[in-house]
Amino acid sequence: MTSAAQDIQSAITVKGSADIVCDYLNYGINSILFQRGLYPPENFKPDENYGVTLWMTTDNKIKEFLLKTLDQLRNWLVDKAVKKVVLVIANVATLEVLERWDFNVEYEEDTLTNPDKVSSKPIKQIRNEIREILKQISASVSYLPLLDCLCSFDVQIYTKGDIDMPSEWNETAPAVIQNAQSVKMRSFSTNIHKMETIVTYKNDI
Amino acid sequence: MAQFKFWDDINSLLNMDGPVNGPAPRWLKKKEGASNSNTSSSNSSYNSSKLKSSSLNSTKTPSKGKSKTPSKTPTPNKACRTPGGDRFIPSRSASNLDLAYLKLMQDSTTKSESNSNKDVQKAIAENVFGTDITNQKILTYKNKAPTAPQGFQNPMKVLYTQVKTPASVKVNSRYIPQAPDRILDAPDIVDDFYLNLIDWGSHNILAAALGSHVYLWNADTGNIEQLMELEGNDYICSLSWIQDGFCLAVGTTNGTVELWDCSRSKKLRIMEGHSARVGSLAWNSYILSSGCRSGQIIHHDVRSREHVISTLSGHTQEVCGLKWSPDGKYLASGGNDNVLNIWQSVAGSYHSQTSPLHVFTAHQAAVKALAWCPWQPYILASGGGTADRHIRLWNCNTGSCVNSIDTKSQVSSLLWSTNYKELISGHGFVHNEIVIWKYPGMTRVAELMGHTSRVLHLAMSADGSTVLSAGADETLRLWKCFPKTKDKVKDVEKIKVKPSVLKQSIR
Repeated sequence: MTSAAQDIQSAITVKGSADIVCDYLNYGINSILFQRGLYPPENFKPDENYGVTLWMTTDNKIKEFLLKTLDQLRNWLVDKAVKKVVLVIANVATLEVLERWDFNVEYEEDTLTNPDKVSSKPIKQIRNEIREILKQISASVSYLPLLDCLCSFDVQIYTKGDIDMPSEWNETAPAVIQNAQSVKMRSFSTNIHKMETIVTYKNDI
Repeated sequence: MAQFKFWDDINSLLNMDGPVNGPAPRWLKKKEGASNSNTSSSNSSYNSSKLKSSSLNSTKTPSKGKSKTPSKTPTPNKACRTPGGDRFIPSRSASNLDLAYLKLMQDSTTKSESNSNKDVQKAIAENVFGTDITNQKILTYKNKAPTAPQGFQNPMKVLYTQVKTPASVKVNSRYIPQAPDRILDAPDIVDDFYLNLIDWGSHNILAAALGSHVYLWNADTGNIEQLMELEGNDYICSLSWIQDGFCLAVGTTNGTVELWDCSRSKKLRIMEGHSARVGSLAWNSYILSSGCRSGQIIHHDVRSREHVISTLSGHTQEVCGLKWSPDGKYLASGGNDNVLNIWQSVAGSYHSQTSPLHVFTAHQAAVKALAWCPWQPYILASGGGTADRHIRLWNCNTGSCVNSIDTKSQVSSLLWSTNYKELISGHGFVHNEIVIWKYPGMTRVAELMGHTSRVLHLAMSADGSTVLSAGADETLRLWKCFPKTKDKVKDVEKIKVKPSVLKQSIR
């Protein structure tokens, strides 16, 4: 009896898994915005999560942008339509793409065939995996080149071709960096979604 | 003769390029022997010796008879003995070059015909993006997040550019030319301490106001053109280039501020609001702050019709020095009332609050010379007029005076070097000199003499290497006092090239 109850407790549905992925992206993107110095540090406040302190933006416009984007992403994740999420950092003046954070979404084997798949991976283990990636993101400032100009960011979502485009969304061109170098971070998996994080940056020599 | 023939044969055996011709077959030799029967017996004896030798060469062949057939060549054994015999030598006879050539040519022609444009694109896309992009969409949310406020500098800069900031030069014996690099004439320059008549823009164009005219001198090409001319007895009181662009603000005696687009030599707009002449101007993004003889400072939003955003009344006399800090956080204003005010910018906006953050009254004369430190954006240098003669350094975060030094002469202008940790100041009576100071020690590095009347204004080129001084003797002098040294440039390159160790270890 008790074991059955526990099983139900630690079960992650597809929707729950999408929540975990979006939560990671929210913290990850905020962390990147702070660590890479895109916005003044005054606009961030510390937030303890995943066992590490993460800096979250207090700017309402950025918050709203991320909220809207991630809400939509969540729906697409449940529909298994997302291939990858890309955070693009570009120079405001020249519009040149300086840095790209790729969050590749993969679907674990039987997820695509079985829509009601339930993962039994302990949530604690997933959170530990996420923590390791967030630590790597924080540490990445030590080797990524300085963004020595005003930069803006954008989130692009790569989806399947047959998706309905919501009214407030646009199609764009992929962001390409010239003379790029990339570093792959760790990945985490909920046993439903698997997320890979890769940073690509302009190799200035 | 016979010996030569023997060597010929040996050579033909060793030679692997030519057509394969081993020892002549028996029937050929017999034929030969028959035709040459009248030759000496030594020939036949040679023949036997030759047979022996050839049989010796092909020791592994089981029978002697076989060794003399043309098909059996001693090549493998021979090849082993030749130096470099382990090389791969393709057999030419086995490869059909004509056919290969035909195939190659056919391939290239048929491929381009059969593959439609779409297929090629698909293949390229798969190679470049890893996936087939024809079957995917890239979507973004329309309402983008705002960018950081303009003038914001990446705080990570401290982490990265510790070496890049003008570290004090170890060798003090940097050669500073004592004579000006160039001298330009500046007829009719108004000899008034309270005006700001020179500005050197980011596009390497120097704007100079001479009486009622504004001239633009292109430092790259040396071209001079007249931008504008005021009518009547009016004269130009101040000039200021926008941080990045071709927009020039011009303050006049009748209290107006004109905006000019210098790429097209066209007047953009006239902004009124002051009751007296506008002697100082400072840009902060789209905000233009102007200081007036009445003591008022007005923030103009150059984009909007109602351009006056706010009016600051912190001075009782003419505002002659006005500078925004490089990060846009503070506005420093100095007046003829000997007061230096620091105004903090309104959070999230480019104009300042209406009450000063700090009021410094340490100067005993008009404060015209103001300069913000390029690498510590809260450090301000200010210089006082004839009765004061001091250069003072302020920390605007704490509101304290960090350093002060008596220069023994009126300070008309101050600039920070961007290439060295040094300041440069322009002076009046007695020596009319320009002094280079080391920061933070404030020791004199060099004194540049030459002006025969007081130095009114200083301006620095965009690359920081050249300083222009405008004197009341109606000359503009260009001093190459902060050259970028070769090893300095190299240093920067080195830093860029050298990848961090972490980059290699974090995977």
